[in-house]
Amino acid sequence: MKRRDFLKGCMACGAAATLGVSGNAWGINSFEGYPEGMGVLVDLTRCVGCRSCEAACNKEQKLPAPDAPFDDKSVFEEKRRPTEKAYTVVNRYDAKPGGPVYRKIQCNHCNEPACLSSCFVNAYTKTKEGAVIYNPKVCVGCRNCLIACPFYVPGYSYSSAFNPVVKKCIFCYDTRLKYGNPPACVEVCPQEVLTFGHRNELLKIGRDRIREKPDRYVDHIFGEKEVGGTSWLYLAGVNFDQVGFDTTMSNDPILSNVKDFLGIVPMVLTIWPALFTGFHLLATKKNHGDGHSGQEDPKP
Amino acid sequence: MYAVRNWLFGGVFMLVLIASPAGSRAKEIPDSISLGSLANLYEKVDFNHAKHIMLVKDCAECHHHTTGTLTQNPDCVRCHKNSGATAVVACKDCHKAQPFSGAALREKSKTAYHDDILGLKGAYHQNCTGCHRRMGGPTGCQDCHVRNKKGDAFYSAGAYAPPQAHGEGRQRGN
Repeated sequence: MKRRDFLKGCMACGAAATLGVSGNAWGINSFEGYPEGMGVLVDLTRCVGCRSCEAACNKEQKLPAPDAPFDDKSVFEEKRRPTEKAYTVVNRYDAKPGGPVYRKIQCNHCNEPACLSSCFVNAYTKTKEGAVIYNPKVCVGCRNCLIACPFYVPGYSYSSAFNPVVKKCIFCYDTRLKYGNPPACVEVCPQEVLTFGHRNELLKIGRDRIREKPDRYVDHIFGEKEVGGTSWLYLAGVNFDQVGFDTTMSNDPILSNVKDFLGIVPMVLTIWPALFTGFHLLATKKNHGDGHSGQEDPKP
Repeated sequence: MYAVRNWLFGGVFMLVLIASPAGSRAKEIPDSISLGSLANLYEKVDFNHAKHIMLVKDCAECHHHTTGTLTQNPDCVRCHKNSGATAVVACKDCHKAQPFSGAALREKSKTAYHDDILGLKGAYHQNCTGCHRRMGGPTGCQDCHVRNKKGDAFYSAGAYAPPQAHGEGRQRGN
Protein backbone atom coordinates (compact mmCIF):
# COMPACT_ATOMS: atom_id res chain seq x y z
CA MET A 1 0.00 0.00 0.00
CA LYS A 2 1.21 3.42 -0.86
CA ARG A 3 1.67 5.95 1.88
CA ARG A 4 -0.87 8.29 0.29
CA ASP A 5 -3.54 5.57 0.12
CA PHE A 6 -2.94 4.69 3.74
CA LEU A 7 -3.43 8.29 4.81
CA LYS A 8 -6.55 8.59 2.64
CA GLY A 9 -7.95 5.47 4.28
CA CYS A 10 -7.27 6.86 7.73
CA MET A 11 -9.03 10.10 6.90
CA ALA A 12 -12.03 8.23 5.52
CA CYS A 13 -12.26 6.05 8.63
CA GLY A 14 -12.08 9.06 10.92
CA ALA A 15 -14.73 10.94 8.96
CA ALA A 16 -17.05 7.93 9.00
CA ALA A 17 -16.65 7.51 12.75
CA THR A 18 -17.33 11.18 13.37
CA LEU A 19 -20.43 11.23 11.18
CA GLY A 20 -21.62 8.01 12.72
CA VAL A 21 -21.95 9.51 16.20
CA SER A 22 -23.59 12.71 15.11
CA GLY A 23 -27.36 12.99 15.01
CA ASN A 24 -29.38 11.26 17.68
CA ALA A 25 -27.57 7.96 17.71
CA TRP A 26 -27.39 7.81 21.50
CA GLY A 27 -31.10 7.66 22.10
CA ILE A 28 -31.22 10.67 24.38
CA ASN A 29 -33.54 13.64 23.90
CA SER A 30 -36.28 11.13 23.18
CA PHE A 31 -36.68 9.73 26.70
CA GLU A 32 -39.71 11.28 28.35
CA GLY A 33 -39.58 9.46 31.64
CA TYR A 34 -40.91 6.10 32.70
CA PRO A 35 -44.61 5.66 31.81
CA GLU A 36 -45.55 4.98 35.42
CA GLY A 37 -43.26 7.70 36.74
CA MET A 38 -44.73 9.87 39.48
CA GLY A 39 -44.29 13.58 39.95
CA VAL A 40 -45.47 16.62 41.84
CA LEU A 41 -47.14 19.67 40.36
CA VAL A 42 -46.18 22.78 42.36
CA ASP A 43 -48.75 25.55 41.98
CA LEU A 44 -47.01 28.72 43.14
CA THR A 45 -50.26 30.70 42.99
CA ARG A 46 -51.47 28.71 46.02
CA CYS A 47 -48.40 28.92 48.27
CA VAL A 48 -48.69 31.14 51.35
CA GLY A 49 -45.15 30.56 52.64
CA CYS A 50 -46.05 28.67 55.83
CA ARG A 51 -42.90 26.50 55.58
CA SER A 52 -44.75 23.36 56.72
CA CYS A 53 -43.07 21.45 53.89
CA GLU A 54 -39.67 22.33 55.34
CA ALA A 55 -40.73 21.07 58.77
CA ALA A 56 -42.16 17.85 57.34
CA CYS A 57 -38.99 17.19 55.31
CA ASN A 58 -36.84 17.77 58.37
CA LYS A 59 -38.77 15.20 60.41
CA GLU A 60 -39.21 12.64 57.64
CA GLN A 61 -35.56 12.63 56.62
CA LYS A 62 -34.37 12.88 60.23
CA LEU A 63 -32.34 16.00 59.49
CA PRO A 64 -30.59 17.97 62.24
CA ALA A 65 -32.55 20.59 64.18
CA PRO A 66 -32.95 23.85 62.24
CA ASP A 67 -31.23 27.12 63.13
CA ALA A 68 -34.59 28.85 63.51
CA PRO A 69 -38.13 27.54 64.13
CA PHE A 70 -40.06 26.52 61.05
CA ASP A 71 -42.67 29.20 61.69
CA ASP A 72 -40.02 31.94 61.65
CA LYS A 73 -40.71 34.16 58.63
CA SER A 74 -37.46 36.11 58.95
CA VAL A 75 -35.70 33.46 56.84
CA PHE A 76 -37.41 34.98 53.80
CA GLU A 77 -35.08 37.98 54.03
CA GLU A 78 -32.48 36.00 52.15
CA LYS A 79 -32.67 33.65 49.17
CA ARG A 80 -31.80 30.17 50.36
CA ARG A 81 -30.68 27.01 48.61
CA PRO A 82 -31.13 23.38 49.66
CA THR A 83 -28.32 22.24 51.95
CA GLU A 84 -27.22 19.16 53.85
CA LYS A 85 -29.53 20.25 56.68
CA ALA A 86 -32.56 21.17 54.57
CA TYR A 87 -33.47 19.26 51.43
CA THR A 88 -36.21 21.73 50.61
CA VAL A 89 -36.50 25.47 51.22
CA VAL A 90 -39.14 28.08 50.46
CA ASN A 91 -38.07 31.49 49.18
CA ARG A 92 -40.11 34.66 48.91
CA TYR A 93 -40.06 36.86 45.82
CA ASP A 94 -41.62 40.29 45.74
CA ALA A 95 -43.00 39.86 42.28
CA LYS A 96 -45.11 42.60 40.78
CA PRO A 97 -48.02 42.94 40.51
CA GLY A 98 -49.88 40.98 43.17
CA GLY A 99 -47.49 40.91 46.11
CA PRO A 100 -45.15 38.22 47.31
CA VAL A 101 -44.82 34.87 45.56
CA TYR A 102 -43.38 31.91 47.43
CA ARG A 103 -41.39 29.23 45.68
CA LYS A 104 -40.52 25.84 47.09
CA ILE A 105 -37.15 24.50 45.97
CA GLN A 106 -36.05 20.86 46.11
CA CYS A 107 -34.59 18.34 43.69
CA ASN A 108 -36.71 18.41 40.54
CA HIS A 109 -35.94 14.75 39.77
CA CYS A 110 -34.97 15.15 36.11
CA ASN A 111 -35.95 12.55 33.53
CA GLU A 112 -32.31 12.54 32.43
CA PRO A 113 -30.42 13.69 35.50
CA ALA A 114 -27.15 15.52 34.96
CA CYS A 115 -25.99 14.45 38.43
CA LEU A 116 -26.41 10.83 37.40
CA SER A 117 -24.48 11.37 34.16
CA SER A 118 -21.67 13.12 35.96
CA CYS A 119 -21.22 10.51 38.70
CA PHE A 120 -18.29 8.23 37.92
CA VAL A 121 -19.02 5.78 40.74
CA ASN A 122 -22.63 5.33 39.62
CA ALA A 123 -24.04 6.41 42.97
CA TYR A 124 -27.20 7.82 41.37
CA THR A 125 -30.27 5.95 40.14
CA LYS A 126 -33.39 7.21 38.38
CA THR A 127 -36.05 4.84 39.69
CA LYS A 128 -39.08 3.77 37.69
CA GLU A 129 -41.22 5.73 40.15
CA GLY A 130 -39.45 8.90 39.03
CA ALA A 131 -37.17 9.56 41.99
CA VAL A 132 -33.48 10.38 41.55
CA ILE A 133 -31.87 8.62 44.48
CA TYR A 134 -28.24 8.03 45.43
CA ASN A 135 -26.25 5.52 47.37
CA PRO A 136 -24.20 7.39 49.99
CA LYS A 137 -22.14 4.26 50.61
CA VAL A 138 -20.44 4.47 47.23
CA CYS A 139 -20.30 8.29 47.07
CA VAL A 140 -16.67 9.37 47.20
CA GLY A 141 -17.51 13.02 47.74
CA CYS A 142 -16.12 14.31 44.45
CA ARG A 143 -18.95 16.88 44.08
CA ASN A 144 -19.16 16.51 40.30
CA CYS A 145 -22.94 16.33 40.70
CA LEU A 146 -23.00 19.67 42.50
CA ILE A 147 -21.41 21.22 39.44
CA ALA A 148 -23.50 19.25 36.94
CA CYS A 149 -26.93 20.01 38.42
CA PRO A 150 -28.59 22.82 36.41
CA PHE A 151 -30.78 23.69 39.43
CA TYR A 152 -27.93 23.88 41.99
CA VAL A 153 -29.75 21.38 44.18
CA PRO A 154 -27.39 18.84 45.75
CA GLY A 155 -25.96 19.84 49.09
CA TYR A 156 -22.77 18.51 50.60
CA SER A 157 -22.02 17.48 54.17
CA TYR A 158 -19.13 19.88 54.63
CA SER A 159 -19.67 19.44 58.37
CA SER A 160 -18.46 15.84 58.23
CA ALA A 161 -14.69 15.65 58.40
CA PHE A 162 -14.31 11.95 57.67
CA ASN A 163 -17.17 10.94 55.41
CA PRO A 164 -18.51 13.94 53.52
CA VAL A 165 -21.16 12.91 51.03
CA VAL A 166 -23.81 14.47 48.85
CA LYS A 167 -27.18 15.21 50.44
CA LYS A 168 -30.36 15.95 48.55
CA CYS A 169 -34.11 15.34 48.31
CA ILE A 170 -34.85 11.75 47.32
CA PHE A 171 -38.63 12.19 46.82
CA CYS A 172 -39.02 10.30 50.15
CA TYR A 173 -38.28 7.20 48.09
CA ASP A 174 -37.24 4.86 50.91
CA THR A 175 -40.10 5.64 53.24
CA ARG A 176 -42.97 6.63 50.99
CA LEU A 177 -42.67 6.75 47.19
CA LYS A 178 -41.57 3.11 46.97
CA TYR A 179 -44.89 2.15 48.55
CA GLY A 180 -46.94 4.45 46.32
CA ASN A 181 -47.36 7.17 48.93
CA PRO A 182 -46.81 10.89 48.40
CA PRO A 183 -43.72 12.54 49.91
CA ALA A 184 -43.99 14.15 53.36
CA CYS A 185 -44.05 17.73 52.02
CA VAL A 186 -47.03 16.96 49.78
CA GLU A 187 -48.95 15.37 52.60
CA VAL A 188 -48.43 18.25 55.03
CA CYS A 189 -49.08 21.16 52.64
CA PRO A 190 -52.24 22.92 53.90
CA GLN A 191 -52.94 24.75 50.65
CA GLU A 192 -52.44 21.75 48.38
CA VAL A 193 -49.81 23.71 46.52
CA LEU A 194 -48.32 20.30 45.81
CA THR A 195 -50.31 17.82 43.75
CA PHE A 196 -48.90 14.31 43.66
CA GLY A 197 -49.69 11.94 40.80
CA HIS A 198 -48.48 10.32 37.60
CA ARG A 199 -46.38 12.83 35.70
CA ASN A 200 -48.50 12.41 32.57
CA GLU A 201 -51.68 13.14 34.52
CA LEU A 202 -50.07 16.13 36.22
CA LEU A 203 -49.25 17.66 32.84
CA LYS A 204 -52.92 17.34 31.87
CA ILE A 205 -54.04 18.84 35.18
CA GLY A 206 -51.57 21.69 34.73
CA ARG A 207 -52.82 22.45 31.22
CA ASP A 208 -56.44 22.31 32.42
CA ARG A 209 -55.72 24.80 35.21
CA ILE A 210 -54.11 27.19 32.73
CA ARG A 211 -56.99 26.79 30.29
CA GLU A 212 -59.69 27.29 32.92
CA LYS A 213 -58.00 30.27 34.61
CA PRO A 214 -55.90 32.03 31.96
CA ASP A 215 -55.78 35.18 34.09
CA ARG A 216 -54.34 33.36 37.05
CA TYR A 217 -51.51 31.50 35.31
CA VAL A 218 -48.64 32.13 32.95
CA ASP A 219 -49.10 29.79 29.99
CA HIS A 220 -46.14 27.55 30.76
CA ILE A 221 -45.45 24.47 32.83
CA PHE A 222 -41.86 24.71 34.01
CA GLY A 223 -40.27 21.28 33.93
CA GLU A 224 -42.40 19.86 31.14
CA LYS A 225 -39.54 20.27 28.67
CA GLU A 226 -36.70 22.02 30.50
CA VAL A 227 -33.45 19.99 30.47
CA GLY A 228 -35.33 17.03 29.02
CA GLY A 229 -38.23 17.25 31.48
CA THR A 230 -38.42 16.93 35.26
CA SER A 231 -40.69 14.91 37.55
CA TRP A 232 -41.48 18.02 39.57
CA LEU A 233 -43.43 20.59 37.57
CA TYR A 234 -44.25 24.21 38.32
CA LEU A 235 -47.17 26.52 37.58
CA ALA A 236 -46.86 30.24 38.32
CA GLY A 237 -48.92 33.39 38.14
CA VAL A 238 -45.96 35.59 37.20
CA ASN A 239 -43.17 35.12 34.69
CA PHE A 240 -40.88 32.37 35.88
CA ASP A 241 -37.77 34.55 35.77
CA GLN A 242 -39.40 36.84 38.36
CA VAL A 243 -39.42 34.03 40.89
CA GLY A 244 -35.87 32.81 40.46
CA PHE A 245 -36.23 30.26 37.68
CA ASP A 246 -33.62 30.07 34.95
CA THR A 247 -35.73 30.63 31.87
CA THR A 248 -32.76 30.40 29.52
CA MET A 249 -32.50 26.66 30.06
CA SER A 250 -32.34 24.46 27.01
CA ASN A 251 -34.92 21.74 26.46
CA ASP A 252 -32.11 19.30 25.78
CA PRO A 253 -30.84 17.22 28.67
CA ILE A 254 -27.53 18.41 30.10
CA LEU A 255 -26.04 15.17 28.84
CA SER A 256 -26.48 16.30 25.22
CA ASN A 257 -23.97 19.11 25.84
CA VAL A 258 -21.22 16.55 26.25
CA LYS A 259 -22.42 13.48 24.34
CA ASP A 260 -20.63 14.45 21.11
CA PHE A 261 -17.40 14.95 22.93
CA LEU A 262 -17.81 11.77 24.98
CA GLY A 263 -18.69 9.84 21.81
CA ILE A 264 -15.34 10.79 20.30
CA VAL A 265 -13.37 9.58 23.31
CA PRO A 266 -13.53 5.85 22.43
CA MET A 267 -12.62 6.66 18.83
CA VAL A 268 -9.62 8.67 19.96
CA LEU A 269 -8.54 5.91 22.28
CA THR A 270 -8.83 3.13 19.67
CA ILE A 271 -7.87 4.80 16.44
CA TRP A 272 -5.33 7.43 17.45
CA PRO A 273 -2.73 5.02 18.88
CA ALA A 274 -2.75 2.97 15.69
CA LEU A 275 -2.85 6.07 13.51
CA PHE A 276 0.05 7.83 15.14
CA THR A 277 2.05 4.64 15.49
CA GLY A 278 1.57 4.31 11.73
CA PHE A 279 2.74 7.88 11.19
CA HIS A 280 5.70 7.29 13.41
CA LEU A 281 6.71 4.08 11.66
CA LEU A 282 6.35 5.67 8.23
CA ALA A 283 8.26 8.76 9.27
CA THR A 284 11.11 6.76 10.72
CA LYS A 285 11.09 3.96 8.12
CA LYS A 286 13.94 5.55 6.20
CA ASN A 287 16.26 5.31 9.18
CA HIS A 288 16.10 1.58 9.72
CA GLY A 289 14.37 0.29 6.59
CA ASP A 290 17.18 0.92 4.07
CA GLY A 291 18.42 -2.60 3.93
CA HIS A 292 15.02 -4.38 3.71
CA SER A 293 14.00 -3.84 0.11
CA GLY A 294 14.77 -1.85 -2.92
CA GLN A 295 11.14 -1.07 -3.80
CA GLU A 296 10.94 2.25 -2.02
CA ASP A 297 10.83 5.38 -4.08
CA PRO A 298 14.20 7.00 -4.32
CA LYS A 299 14.44 10.09 -2.17
CA PRO A 300 15.57 13.34 -3.71
CA MET B 1 -83.51 33.44 31.08
CA TYR B 2 -81.21 31.24 33.12
CA ALA B 3 -80.76 33.99 35.64
CA VAL B 4 -84.55 34.19 36.12
CA ARG B 5 -84.74 30.44 36.42
CA ASN B 6 -81.87 30.40 38.90
CA TRP B 7 -83.59 33.07 40.90
CA LEU B 8 -86.80 31.05 40.84
CA PHE B 9 -84.98 27.93 41.98
CA GLY B 10 -83.31 29.88 44.73
CA GLY B 11 -86.62 31.41 45.78
CA VAL B 12 -88.37 28.03 45.84
CA PHE B 13 -85.49 26.58 47.85
CA MET B 14 -85.69 29.38 50.38
CA LEU B 15 -89.47 28.92 50.64
CA VAL B 16 -88.97 25.21 51.28
CA LEU B 17 -86.42 26.05 53.95
CA ILE B 18 -88.75 28.51 55.63
CA ALA B 19 -91.75 26.19 55.36
CA SER B 20 -89.95 23.18 56.81
CA PRO B 21 -90.25 22.69 60.56
CA ALA B 22 -87.45 24.31 62.53
CA GLY B 23 -86.60 21.05 64.31
CA SER B 24 -85.78 19.04 61.17
CA ARG B 25 -83.82 21.91 59.67
CA ALA B 26 -81.63 22.20 62.73
CA LYS B 27 -80.79 18.54 62.37
CA GLU B 28 -79.79 18.96 58.75
CA ILE B 29 -77.82 22.16 59.07
CA PRO B 30 -75.42 22.00 62.01
CA ASP B 31 -74.70 25.21 63.90
CA SER B 32 -71.19 24.11 64.74
CA ILE B 33 -68.86 21.62 63.08
CA SER B 34 -65.82 20.17 64.78
CA LEU B 35 -62.93 19.90 62.32
CA GLY B 36 -60.30 17.51 63.61
CA SER B 37 -58.34 16.26 60.59
CA LEU B 38 -55.19 18.08 61.78
CA ALA B 39 -55.65 16.95 65.38
CA ASN B 40 -52.17 15.42 65.45
CA LEU B 41 -50.55 18.87 65.35
CA TYR B 42 -53.33 21.27 66.31
CA GLU B 43 -56.31 21.41 68.64
CA LYS B 44 -59.61 20.76 66.92
CA VAL B 45 -61.24 23.72 65.23
CA ASP B 46 -64.83 24.42 66.19
CA PHE B 47 -66.21 25.90 63.01
CA ASN B 48 -69.12 28.21 63.73
CA HIS B 49 -71.36 27.23 60.84
CA ALA B 50 -74.30 29.35 61.97
CA LYS B 51 -72.19 32.50 62.07
CA HIS B 52 -70.87 31.84 58.58
CA ILE B 53 -74.39 31.28 57.24
CA MET B 54 -75.37 34.66 58.65
CA LEU B 55 -72.29 36.33 57.16
CA VAL B 56 -72.17 34.71 53.73
CA LYS B 57 -75.87 33.97 53.25
CA ASP B 58 -75.43 32.02 50.01
CA CYS B 59 -74.69 28.35 50.76
CA ALA B 60 -73.26 27.85 47.26
CA GLU B 61 -70.39 30.17 48.16
CA CYS B 62 -68.81 27.18 49.91
CA HIS B 63 -70.98 24.26 48.85
CA HIS B 64 -70.66 24.77 45.05
CA HIS B 65 -73.54 23.14 43.18
CA THR B 66 -74.61 20.82 45.98
CA THR B 67 -76.90 23.23 47.80
CA GLY B 68 -78.02 26.85 47.82
CA THR B 69 -78.40 28.89 44.65
CA LEU B 70 -77.17 27.24 41.52
CA THR B 71 -73.61 27.88 40.55
CA GLN B 72 -72.77 30.62 38.10
CA ASN B 73 -69.26 29.37 37.32
CA PRO B 74 -69.16 28.96 33.52
CA ASP B 75 -67.05 25.82 33.81
CA CYS B 76 -69.61 24.22 36.14
CA VAL B 77 -72.85 25.27 34.44
CA ARG B 78 -71.96 23.33 31.31
CA CYS B 79 -73.12 20.28 33.27
CA HIS B 80 -74.67 21.62 36.43
CA LYS B 81 -77.00 24.34 35.17
CA ASN B 82 -80.03 22.28 36.17
CA SER B 83 -78.52 20.22 38.96
CA GLY B 84 -80.63 20.18 42.09
CA ALA B 85 -79.40 19.97 45.63
CA THR B 86 -77.50 16.75 46.21
CA ALA B 87 -77.96 14.22 48.98
CA VAL B 88 -74.50 14.88 50.42
CA VAL B 89 -73.30 18.39 51.08
CA ALA B 90 -70.55 17.94 53.66
CA CYS B 91 -67.05 18.93 52.46
CA LYS B 92 -65.57 15.55 53.35
CA ASP B 93 -68.04 13.69 51.14
CA CYS B 94 -66.35 14.93 47.96
CA HIS B 95 -62.98 16.24 49.18
CA LYS B 96 -60.96 13.24 50.26
CA ALA B 97 -58.90 13.26 53.42
CA GLN B 98 -56.22 11.27 51.54
CA PRO B 99 -56.32 12.67 48.00
CA PHE B 100 -53.01 11.12 46.91
CA SER B 101 -53.38 7.55 48.12
CA GLY B 102 -52.98 4.77 45.57
CA ALA B 103 -56.73 4.11 45.54
CA ALA B 104 -57.55 7.81 45.09
CA LEU B 105 -55.11 8.15 42.18
CA ARG B 106 -56.52 5.08 40.44
CA GLU B 107 -60.04 6.42 40.77
CA LYS B 108 -58.96 9.85 39.56
CA SER B 109 -57.41 8.51 36.37
CA LYS B 110 -60.74 6.97 35.34
CA THR B 111 -62.87 10.10 35.54
CA ALA B 112 -63.17 12.48 32.61
CA TYR B 113 -64.28 15.40 34.79
CA HIS B 114 -63.52 16.41 38.35
CA ASP B 115 -60.02 14.97 38.05
CA ASP B 116 -58.52 17.93 39.90
CA ILE B 117 -60.69 17.98 43.03
CA LEU B 118 -58.82 19.29 46.04
CA GLY B 119 -58.24 17.12 49.07
CA LEU B 120 -60.12 17.99 52.24
CA LYS B 121 -57.29 20.00 53.79
CA GLY B 122 -56.59 21.90 50.56
CA ALA B 123 -60.29 22.64 50.06
CA TYR B 124 -60.72 23.98 53.59
CA HIS B 125 -57.66 26.18 53.45
CA GLN B 126 -58.11 27.54 49.95
CA ASN B 127 -61.78 28.24 50.45
CA CYS B 128 -61.54 29.58 53.99
CA THR B 129 -58.31 31.56 53.66
CA GLY B 130 -59.28 32.87 50.24
CA CYS B 131 -62.57 34.25 51.55
CA HIS B 132 -61.02 35.47 54.81
CA ARG B 133 -58.51 37.47 52.81
CA ARG B 134 -61.25 39.10 50.74
CA MET B 135 -63.54 39.70 53.72
CA GLY B 136 -60.84 40.70 56.20
CA GLY B 137 -61.14 37.56 58.34
CA PRO B 138 -58.25 35.95 60.24
CA THR B 139 -55.60 34.41 57.96
CA GLY B 140 -52.72 33.41 60.25
CA CYS B 141 -52.24 29.68 60.94
CA GLN B 142 -52.78 29.99 64.66
CA ASP B 143 -55.68 32.42 64.32
CA CYS B 144 -57.83 29.36 63.64
CA HIS B 145 -55.70 26.45 64.90
CA VAL B 146 -54.08 26.35 68.30
CA ARG B 147 -50.92 24.32 67.98
CA ASN B 148 -50.50 21.50 70.47
CA LYS B 149 -47.30 20.09 71.94
CA LYS B 150 -46.74 17.72 69.02
CA GLY B 151 -47.24 20.64 66.69
CA ASP B 152 -44.62 22.66 68.53
CA ALA B 153 -42.18 19.75 68.20
CA PHE B 154 -43.01 19.42 64.49
CA TYR B 155 -42.31 23.08 63.80
CA SER B 156 -39.35 23.21 66.22
CA ALA B 157 -41.17 26.09 67.86
CA GLY B 158 -42.35 27.07 71.33
CA ALA B 159 -40.70 24.83 73.90
CA TYR B 160 -38.88 23.01 71.08
CA ALA B 161 -37.38 26.12 69.51
CA PRO B 162 -33.64 26.02 68.87
CA PRO B 163 -31.62 27.79 71.60
CA GLN B 164 -31.55 31.55 71.15
CA ALA B 165 -27.75 31.65 71.34
CA HIS B 166 -27.59 29.52 68.21
CA GLY B 167 -30.21 31.69 66.59
CA GLU B 168 -28.16 34.84 67.05
CA GLY B 169 -24.96 33.23 65.97
CA ARG B 170 -26.34 31.39 62.99
CA GLN B 171 -24.59 31.99 59.78
CA ARG B 172 -26.36 33.98 57.16
CA GLY B 173 -25.61 33.97 53.50
CA ASN B 174 -24.67 31.10 51.20
